[in-house]
Amino acid sequence: MRKYVPKDNVQGKSYYTDRFWVAPRVPREEVRDTHFTGVVATLGVLVKEAHVELGQLIVHIEARDNVAVIKVLKETCGYTQCSEQSAVDYLAKDGEFELFYQLLNVNEAKRVRVLCRIKKGEAIESIVPLFNSANFAEREMFDMFGIKVNNHPFLKRILMPDDWEGHPLLKTYPLQGDEFASWYEVDKIFGKEYRDIIGPENRDPAKVDRHDTKRFARIGYEVPFGVDNTAGETQKEIEYSETLLVNYNKKESKTLDKRR
Amino acid sequence: MQVANKLSPFFENLNFERDDNTMVINFGPQHPSAHGQLRLVLELDGEQVVKAYPDIGYLHRGIEKMAENMTYNEFLPTTDRLDYIASTSNNYAYALAVEKLLGIEAPRRAQVIRTMLLELNRVISHLFFLATHALDVGAMSVFLYAFREREFAMDLMEDYCGARLTHSAVRIGGVPLDLPANWLENLAVFCDKVEYELEHTYEALLTENRIWKMRLEDVGVISAEDALNWGCTGVMLRGSGVKYDIRKEEPYELYAELDFDVPVSQRCDSYGRYRLYMEEMKQSVRIMRQLIPMYAQTQPQLMAHAPQYISATKEDIMTQNYALMQHFVLVTQGMRPPKGEVYVPTESPKGELGFYIKSEGEPYAYRLKCRAPSFFHTGLLQKLLVGTYIADVVTIIGTTNIVFGEVDR
Repeated sequence: MRKYVPKDNVQGKSYYTDRFWVAPRVPREEVRDTHFTGVVATLGVLVKEAHVELGQLIVHIEARDNVAVIKVLKETCGYTQCSEQSAVDYLAKDGEFELFYQLLNVNEAKRVRVLCRIKKGEAIESIVPLFNSANFAEREMFDMFGIKVNNHPFLKRILMPDDWEGHPLLKTYPLQGDEFASWYEVDKIFGKEYRDIIGPENRDPAKVDRHDTKRFARIGYEVPFGVDNTAGETQKEIEYSETLLVNYNKKESKTLDKRR
Repeated sequence: MQVANKLSPFFENLNFERDDNTMVINFGPQHPSAHGQLRLVLELDGEQVVKAYPDIGYLHRGIEKMAENMTYNEFLPTTDRLDYIASTSNNYAYALAVEKLLGIEAPRRAQVIRTMLLELNRVISHLFFLATHALDVGAMSVFLYAFREREFAMDLMEDYCGARLTHSAVRIGGVPLDLPANWLENLAVFCDKVEYELEHTYEALLTENRIWKMRLEDVGVISAEDALNWGCTGVMLRGSGVKYDIRKEEPYELYAELDFDVPVSQRCDSYGRYRLYMEEMKQSVRIMRQLIPMYAQTQPQLMAHAPQYISATKEDIMTQNYALMQHFVLVTQGMRPPKGEVYVPTESPKGELGFYIKSEGEPYAYRLKCRAPSFFHTGLLQKLLVGTYIADVVTIIGTTNIVFGEVDR
């Protein structure tokens, strides 16, 4: 039976996993730090769950509260910088995206990560009115995952071309690119009708086409430039120059054992 | 009349015909001062910039996507290609993030070597900044002098790891090699050389130079509030009067033990930032000088001892069966960190370089997000350039010190 390959996650997977292997977990600690306790208390009911992981406070919230929570963090708790904002694709497992906002308090040297989850096709409210650094970050998230951001000043693709199809960081998007990606330049420059003439992109730099008479593929068997030799070709032996010790032109030097 | 076709599309400058008469120009992506592949669409009213739109993505290679398809050790050389001016700082930021996730710490000697390499990379990067920034502004000879010293620093890197640009000089759990013979002596000579040149060449040429001052003073002014709001880090933040250096505030590696100052400028302009870069190089030299005697007091172990995640030494692999088996599993399957997520910020020469890694217990990272400082500094350009004159655009791009390897990733 052919091995089952899930279509909803085509990223790298280990080819062997012990059946009894249970991955350990990075310990999640309770919030004990006085500053972090204050932050969680200030946020109050907006927090669904809070814990400390590897020294940073992680706050789980509802996606619709994201602006409210980040506003409180910025204006009351002193988190004046949004270092990073992006998403993690959990569509295959839960049908959801996990969004994170990484915030920094410059005075206390503390970092908080705000996590929320949205379903596929749902949009999130922009935090650009609070943090301008989210402008590029949210655009990148839209570009990479296709997550729409409401009230973003200029929601447009940022890293990929404007006319690109698909969102590269989705787990369903293969590393090599999809059908659209492989024909992108050909379609754009020459048109779809040229796909057959140009042919698929060669991703193997060492590939040699034996019938190619234009690009030095016939070394030792030279034929006139551009001649069609697909039907058949005449063998022409290579004659090496004479060397002192080894005679390369000698035919009978190596013979296979008859018994094989 | 040009005939537009798919190969050479014809753009008509519609705005130019209007009454209010603004002009849209394309700056880059092939402009020599665009520091790589920055395309900047500028709307000009006369010589004044009305609107700036940085268009990035010309160097997008999908490094975050590649991280999801490579084991943790496989991905490390790819991080060289982020900020290719100072590769070791990327290697280190990534290695540190994975180490945090694994809960291991590099041995003392590896820490000393890493900190030295990080500071050496800071000097390399700052010298590169100085050279290109001065060249952009029009000071040709500084470029030549700065590249001369940068060459010495790259020779040191080459002596250590064999590469000049893409170092991969740090591994997850330590460093691959011990320092070669005479390296510390050469480093000491280099420290003296840089310190001398800083004072007698670069600062002498530029700091009180009135052309340099006219071009840089009060150009590219960022208030402290804007700097925080737009996600500026590193020198861009400290140049606006916010004293925040991750090496001091959230110390990693040996920085807690080392004695160095964090220079801050209240000027908020390009000239203040230039002074900070010079000052930071002096501090880096100071740090490297402190590290040189620390090396001799360390044990020769270079990689952390964590057999579940990190291969044993070459000698053990060749002589002990179990070490060989571990090594085989780690090479063919890759290490499996525990489930969890981590965000580790480090102070790279450009600013806060952080790696967010989400692990699901597999040998492949479930999600890796590289928080690149230059990405946010590029975003700032749309605010910073408005209202300035076209002649200052190049100065402002230079002062942000962006590198497109990490902007586009």
